[in-house]
Amino acid sequence: MSEMVHVKTTINGAAVDFLCEPRQSLLEVLRDVLYLTGTKEGCNDGNCGSCTVTLDGVLVNACCVLGVEVAGKAVTTIEGMAKNGNLHPLQVAFLEETGLQCGICTPGFLVSSRALLERHPAPSEAQIRHWLAGNLCRCTGYDRIILAVQKASKRMLAGT
Amino acid sequence: MHQFKYATPGSIEALLSMLAEQRSPVKLLAGGTDLIVQMRTGAVTPALVIDVKQVVELNQLLLSDKGLIIGAAVSCRTVYENNHVARAYPALIDAASLIGGIQIQGRASIGGNLCNASPSADLIPALIVLEALAVIQNSRGSRELPVEDFCTGPGTNALAGDELLVSLKLPPGAKNSGACFRRFTPRNEMDIAVANAAAAVVLSADGKHFTSARIAIGAVGPTPILVQEAAEALQGKPVSGASVGIAADIARQAASPINDMRGTIAQRKQLVQVLVTRALQGAIERAGGAL
Repeated sequence: MSEMVHVKTTINGAAVDFLCEPRQSLLEVLRDVLYLTGTKEGCNDGNCGSCTVTLDGVLVNACCVLGVEVAGKAVTTIEGMAKNGNLHPLQVAFLEETGLQCGICTPGFLVSSRALLERHPAPSEAQIRHWLAGNLCRCTGYDRIILAVQKASKRMLAGT
Repeated sequence: MHQFKYATPGSIEALLSMLAEQRSPVKLLAGGTDLIVQMRTGAVTPALVIDVKQVVELNQLLLSDKGLIIGAAVSCRTVYENNHVARAYPALIDAASLIGGIQIQGRASIGGNLCNASPSADLIPALIVLEALAVIQNSRGSRELPVEDFCTGPGTNALAGDELLVSLKLPPGAKNSGACFRRFTPRNEMDIAVANAAAAVVLSADGKHFTSARIAIGAVGPTPILVQEAAEALQGKPVSGASVGIAADIARQAASPINDMRGTIAQRKQLVQVLVTRALQGAIERAGGAL
């Protein structure tokens, strides 16, 4: 084992310290060191978006970030989405619209969709499809995911 | 992934002295969207990975009347979300907003796309027609190299072991000028170009003639190619479909693609003709001209 590095970061708003090797990806650190297993491994090469998290507010694939790189930065994962036991409107809409089947891609879609609605609160269908192009789903055929994002967008704008 | 040491120099001097003192293979990390994947597959196995993102000079994005300076570690997303840069250099935005998907664009750097030197890199043809200079430094001094001379083969570039790509320097757009980048992929996003093309034109004051032009094509040779003959063929010629057709035909002849899973030689040559035509049409429109 090579030298371990002590990393201080913020994850879902909380200060977190961890030890990792330089070769461990942020995805490995989240899942295997911090046991935040909501972030999923799909392709592990930046193509599928299953491991999407935000790094200082920017969407990234956690498999293409080294764990040591997040020192001093702020990471948000799917675990930071529900607040006080209440699901985020996007999570509710994904359930209601069956925007998922096997669920492996779902955390990534939710994190990407939340970033989309923060940037564009009322996105067009084309905007949603373009924004979510880096997230792959082999179950749903995407239409139900799009419906869920549209539903959540309407509810969030209406404040319901 | 193999074991390696990780360093985060806080200044360009510290970074350059690390490069000067290196005895084992080193790789520089900016966005990591190429490097981390290449390390995971074992394609590259550096003993030291130097994260360059703490170095101020590599993070600058500076637009002035002298042109644009893009630090090598600046991400695609930072570039295309800057409205001033987007207005001044739309061809750069054409390419930066097409690379990967939103997750890749947030990390992948302009300098990384150039250093990775993929024949199909989307930013390189755009940088070439915009007359970008690569600003290169080592601990002894600096030099500037036109981007068309930067790539030396698939995955290889002109940097010596102790040299660093610091930034890209783009001159300001001339009067009556415009540039445009186009690519062909089976899928609109998250795909690698079967072929791509960029064009820049400067038109006469009345918009009727080409004063000068630059045309570059990608994914149709070992490196992106600046097609001088195509540009020269436009010089002084009327802005017309016939002129554009002649330049596109020359670009088609300059393409030397391979057959692979993305496309055949015949398809790629045909695509060059179509993409150069469309890139020229876009460039003419942005220059205020009309066909």
